[in-house]
Amino acid sequence: MELLMAIVIGVLFTAAVYLILSRSLLRIIFGTGLLSHGAHLLLLTMGGLGGTSPPVLAEGITDYADPLPQALILTAIVISFGVTSFILVLAYKTYSKHQTDNMDLMRGNDEHD
Amino acid sequence: MEFVLLIFFPVLAAIFVPILFRKLKSIHTGWFVLIIPITLFIYYTGFIQTTMNGGHAISSLEWIPSLDISFVSYIDGLSLLFSLLITGIGALVVLYSIFYLDKTREKLNNFYVYLLMFMTAMLGIVQSDNIITLYLFWELTSISSFLLIGYWYTRDGSRFGALKSMLITVFGGLMMLGGFVLLGIMGDTYSIRELIANASNLVGQEFFILALVLVLLGAFTKSAQFPFYIWLPDAMEAPTPVSAYLHSATMVKAGLYLVARFTPVFAVSEVWIWLVTGIGLLTLFWGAFFAVKQTDLKAILAFSTVSQLGLIMSLLGASAISYHVDAGTALFKFAGFAAVFHLINHAVFKGSLFMVAGIVDHETGTRDIRKLGGLMGVMPISFTVAFIGSMSMAGLPPFGGFLSKELFLTSTLALKDFNLFNFSTWGIIFPIVAWIASVFTFIYSFYFVFKTFAGKRKKESLSVEPKEAPVGMLIAPVILAVLVVVIFFIPNVVGDTLVNPAVVAMQAGLYSHPSEVLVHVSAWHGWTPELLMTLGIIGLGSILFLTMRKWQPLYNLQPELLSLNGLYDSLMMAGEKGMNRLSRLYMTGVFRTYLIYMFVSIVVITLATLFIKDAFKVDFNSFAPLNAYGILTAVLLILSVVMILTAKTRITAVIALGGVGYSVAFFFVIYKAPDLALTQLVIETITVVLFLLAFHRLPELKRHGESKGFRLGNFIVAAGVGITMALVALSAHSQKLIPSISQFYKDTVYSEAGGGNIVNVILVDYRGFDTLFEIAVLSIAGIGVYSMIRLKLPGKGSTDESK
Repeated sequence: MELLMAIVIGVLFTAAVYLILSRSLLRIIFGTGLLSHGAHLLLLTMGGLGGTSPPVLAEGITDYADPLPQALILTAIVISFGVTSFILVLAYKTYSKHQTDNMDLMRGNDEHD
Repeated sequence: MEFVLLIFFPVLAAIFVPILFRKLKSIHTGWFVLIIPITLFIYYTGFIQTTMNGGHAISSLEWIPSLDISFVSYIDGLSLLFSLLITGIGALVVLYSIFYLDKTREKLNNFYVYLLMFMTAMLGIVQSDNIITLYLFWELTSISSFLLIGYWYTRDGSRFGALKSMLITVFGGLMMLGGFVLLGIMGDTYSIRELIANASNLVGQEFFILALVLVLLGAFTKSAQFPFYIWLPDAMEAPTPVSAYLHSATMVKAGLYLVARFTPVFAVSEVWIWLVTGIGLLTLFWGAFFAVKQTDLKAILAFSTVSQLGLIMSLLGASAISYHVDAGTALFKFAGFAAVFHLINHAVFKGSLFMVAGIVDHETGTRDIRKLGGLMGVMPISFTVAFIGSMSMAGLPPFGGFLSKELFLTSTLALKDFNLFNFSTWGIIFPIVAWIASVFTFIYSFYFVFKTFAGKRKKESLSVEPKEAPVGMLIAPVILAVLVVVIFFIPNVVGDTLVNPAVVAMQAGLYSHPSEVLVHVSAWHGWTPELLMTLGIIGLGSILFLTMRKWQPLYNLQPELLSLNGLYDSLMMAGEKGMNRLSRLYMTGVFRTYLIYMFVSIVVITLATLFIKDAFKVDFNSFAPLNAYGILTAVLLILSVVMILTAKTRITAVIALGGVGYSVAFFFVIYKAPDLALTQLVIETITVVLFLLAFHRLPELKRHGESKGFRLGNFIVAAGVGITMALVALSAHSQKLIPSISQFYKDTVYSEAGGGNIVNVILVDYRGFDTLFEIAVLSIAGIGVYSMIRLKLPGKGSTDESK
């Protein structure tokens, strides 16, 4: 199962980076979304995918899933939501100001340096 | 009283300067400032009695005790001499500046604040026993010098000169810090006194010579020695009181102080004696030779200062020889005495000459010697002062400079008889160079005073009618000129009170009491070789001076590009252009370029660590078995990803992104993480809604003409990151170098926190603060989103700020 997860993580990161490197602002936002999914699954896989029951105390059960990565991921999901919404608004403002979402056109002017 | 605090007195007093300048416009701010150096001068004279008896005084203030750094004011003969010079000349310069700088037109608040800052820094240098604080004050003088040179900052020349002096002296200062740290490590102390006491253990250590050279670099840059002297002529852009004070009487002598102070530590080294004496003599000659070329009054004085500093430097080098010969019999004891004595003489006569140059500039509107002449009649007092100063500089009786010049010649003559370190072979060079340099000194001294004051008036070249300066402006130079004459008649009084104690401090261990120095100075000491040399100087000097018009143009044969200044300029240009080109090479301004740097670095660093450290291991046995739901979810997720990549419309991409999110949620279910799955479902839903909300304000999905090559490049980088992450995931899963703390949570969750859902308890209890901060981050993001929406940017779309 870990091998499969490693492949999934690899695909997510590849797609995320590929999108982030493109010229369109919108595709960059999609890229950041995929990147956080990749990171979450990476955390989960690092901790180990074993464990027969969820990490909730119950009578007669000793083999819990690792709770630590889950706690970390839970925090990360919420934060990534905050980041995504902020980037979205940022993109909206940038677009309404410059009337373009082409990153190559949004570089600084030489006169500024 | 803790007199270490007095070091800070000027800079603390500087706080009131701007207030006085604003509130009391009718009184020149300088009058208030004048009180400070006078008070300090009077206070420091109280120490003369102590140092004359060979004693010293210490006062200290803790600063960073854990690093062995504290402000220690150690006053012995040498420190006291410098402290008196700093405050004494300082007082005269402030007095002079009151009449030189107009109180309505000049920014006096800036001027006096910088000047007082400098005073503190300089007192700090000469009194610090701790080399780290010494370094601190050393750089502070560079900074205040920078500010004062750039005082008239609207002039290009001022800014250029300020930067040049800063770059050169701060470079030297940094080198010196390196030397200090080495000394501190070798001697296991930052105290100069302890280093001197330990000197014999330092010799022969691995970095002894390196430390020596580094410390000398600091001294040479500050004291404008060859080839670093080039900053000093450009520093003449400063107001004349500053030139008189910093760039002739005090700051440039900090390097001499440093050499004198460290003589007991380094004197045993042959390198020290050769370097200090050799560079000193070369500078003496070089400065004197090029002083004659100059046409600006202050430039002549600047080169003459360079030359005189070289003279004193060479004497300090020669005085170190005292450590190699029997002090009682050799002539080298003269060198140390002569160095200190000439230092006093130079401060006095050069101070007066600078002030006269300032007066001439002030009253005639020019400092160009070619436009001046015949001022003797209109400015008799200034002429007298200039005459006395110049004759002292030329080394003629009955002025103080004569005495120290004779002592200098004695010392160089003694060098050729010194039998160590090849001096018996090469030593003869020293008196010869010294003699030639003295001839040129004689010429430029005459050139300075007579071309300005004698000869015919050149009325047509002056924009204003020259007149004698106001009385107040003349007080300070006249006092100095009187001192020049007085010193000639009472050299031994000066010797006993100031020079001998300083020599004892400089040659620690050789004398136990100042009275043992036993140098008796007399104006007439028979037909000695020194006197004959002086007569030769006067003879040849006069002839050359009278024929100067014929040979002075020869200087123009030297092309500007080949000079040291040309070298400095081209270095600066090359540095600026080169750096600019270099940074333009990688700073493209395109977002993607920077991201590629980051991603490539991540890949390279991670992969290199994985394989070089042999950290990549996969343990297939620990893998959980495949299950059908997992495979299905993975396929679903990858399909969604492909959909995003190939999507032509926004809506497809958003739905596909939702698909990825829900697949991740399924994974959470499969891997027994119910809390995650719930959160993920909720968040994913909200995200999709958010995207849909924002969409009608966002553009269509466009590729903006990305070429095949562009996409391939992106794909290679992306695949690199993807593969790296997959490998990291496998490797991290397969080996646990340290035991996980998860077990602790599992064991204690009920007993410690009284909860059953371990993930929840970790979040709200064990890591409660993390969650608190997470909430804070979310709120900040919320505020950001809100204010971004409300933000009104001017000129929607059409305007471009840069146009």
